[in-house]
Amino acid sequence: MTTLDFRHVTKQYKVRGAGDMLALDDVSFTLTSGQTIALVGQSGSGKSTIAKILTQLERETTGEVLLDGAPIPKRGKGLRAYRQRVRMVFQDPFASLNPYHTIRHHLERPLRLDKVVPSDRVDDEVRSLLTRVRLEPDAVIDRRPHELSGGQRQRVAIARALASRPELLIADEPVSMLDVSIRLGVLNLLADLQRESNLGVLYITHDLATARHFSDEIMVLHHGVVVERGPSDDVILNPQHEYTRALRDASPDPDKHFADPSGPASSRS
Amino acid sequence: MTVSNFPTNEDSEAREGLPTEPRRPSSVRRFGQSFAMFRNGKSITGLIIIAVFAIAAIFAPLIAPYGPLEKDYDALKQPPSAEHWLGTTHLGEDVFSQIIYGTRGVLVVGLVAGVLATFVAVFVGVAAGYVRGWKSESLSALTNVFLVIPGLPLMIIIASQYDDPSIVLISAVIAITGWAWGARVLRAQTMSLRNRDFVQAARANGEKLLRIITVEMLPNLTAIIASSFVGTVTAAVLGLTTLAFIGVIPITNLNWGTILFWAQQNGAFPDFWWWYIPAGLCIAVFGMALSLVNFGIDEYVNPRLRSAGERARAMRKKGLSTTSGVTEVRATPAEDPQP
Repeated sequence: MTTLDFRHVTKQYKVRGAGDMLALDDVSFTLTSGQTIALVGQSGSGKSTIAKILTQLERETTGEVLLDGAPIPKRGKGLRAYRQRVRMVFQDPFASLNPYHTIRHHLERPLRLDKVVPSDRVDDEVRSLLTRVRLEPDAVIDRRPHELSGGQRQRVAIARALASRPELLIADEPVSMLDVSIRLGVLNLLADLQRESNLGVLYITHDLATARHFSDEIMVLHHGVVVERGPSDDVILNPQHEYTRALRDASPDPDKHFADPSGPASSRS
Repeated sequence: MTVSNFPTNEDSEAREGLPTEPRRPSSVRRFGQSFAMFRNGKSITGLIIIAVFAIAAIFAPLIAPYGPLEKDYDALKQPPSAEHWLGTTHLGEDVFSQIIYGTRGVLVVGLVAGVLATFVAVFVGVAAGYVRGWKSESLSALTNVFLVIPGLPLMIIIASQYDDPSIVLISAVIAITGWAWGARVLRAQTMSLRNRDFVQAARANGEKLLRIITVEMLPNLTAIIASSFVGTVTAAVLGLTTLAFIGVIPITNLNWGTILFWAQQNGAFPDFWWWYIPAGLCIAVFGMALSLVNFGIDEYVNPRLRSAGERARAMRKKGLSTTSGVTEVRATPAEDPQP
């Protein structure tokens, strides 16, 4: 059982000529394997800063991040070992894959870097990763990112994140750049993978509807402060904080749509 | 993610739009793709001209009818004739042979200086773009200093310190004054690449800095490096011929500038046109060829340039003015389909 502790973390960005900007203000939470937490908030609320601190692309200003009780090493082998256990899926599959390299390169690198399998088995492992994300290995392995559709690219990005066999996965708005019609497919894939490998998933989103369906717990972030947290249904159905209520009312509700003929549906005809 | 799956069209999406048989790019094809930036009319024209000069330089002894310093005292300052296609100098040397042999000096110095300057530009530019804070600022300041230093006087000062500077030394001097532009462009491009998600993803995977720069970033900078290389070669050729013309470089280094130097020393201007015009033309044509290659790379890097040109041509074909601010309505609209 892997436990990631985010303890009283504050993050201050220095903004040139405008003093400091407080992106996170005393945020704490715990993520364990097998659990899915949704992190909900609007743009600029600090969601992506949490992701960057978890992957150590940014350093926390104060507070600490503990993996199984031990702080993250700041450099060297220890940091790489941490990064092997905590991986991230980026928001934009059009930007997160290097346009110059083939899909094979993208999946081989983490395998070789963390020596997940002996080097004569790398090719088999790449193919099995592609199969796990429901892609046809022969059809995509030697292609470059621009030859694939958005959904296919995001599947490759997920496969890359899974290559090092992480225990925790951070998914930073993994479907917000995709067509609405294929979002559910990618989310279902994530849910399947999570169940298969007992992953802990931090699902960052601004979409309350998917957050409710795919996570056990919801955490609402507003201006760098966690304003509300709890089991998904409680947070959605019985929001305590005003901001959560505003967020819920802002998202289209499919039930209302059917119940009320004068609702948003009528304007479409 | 506790809720059961919804039925979706995920399988059809995952397999959509791909031909069934796998397409494996061969290594030859991947190699060819690296040169895609040269695959357009302008670049090809420039490369052909450069190739002609290169052939002349390599096979100089076979092409030139005389040795470059072979003297024919019966024909001094003769205009072009059947024996001397481009006439002779004041010592009866064949100008055509001098031009052919002179191409060697120009190409060698251009190439060596271009390679040296590109190495410095890539090193300083990419480093300045990738690191942050005072390191980046100081590298950038260094680049700017070399940008504002007037190149020619510096070259003259350095080159005149040596009695008999070798070709490599001359190239190095030219490279020192010519790397800054490339470094500046590369720094800007690297700064924009550094924050791209695929670089962040490589960092988050634990890739080493050197590998991120060489494997993830440099391939995406090839076109800019190539264009910076071509630019420094142009500057090197101009610098070399200028130095030779003003007599800073010893006359034993035969190149087009040396021909101009002797022509000027012996009062060739303006009467003995065959002595100086061919060398001047060669410099101009070679410079043009390099610029054409660069224009080609520019179009490859920035497709807007390409499509703007094509659109303008297409409009002119239809008889429209490309400079008019208003788009002409060419067809009457169909019946207005009001809902």
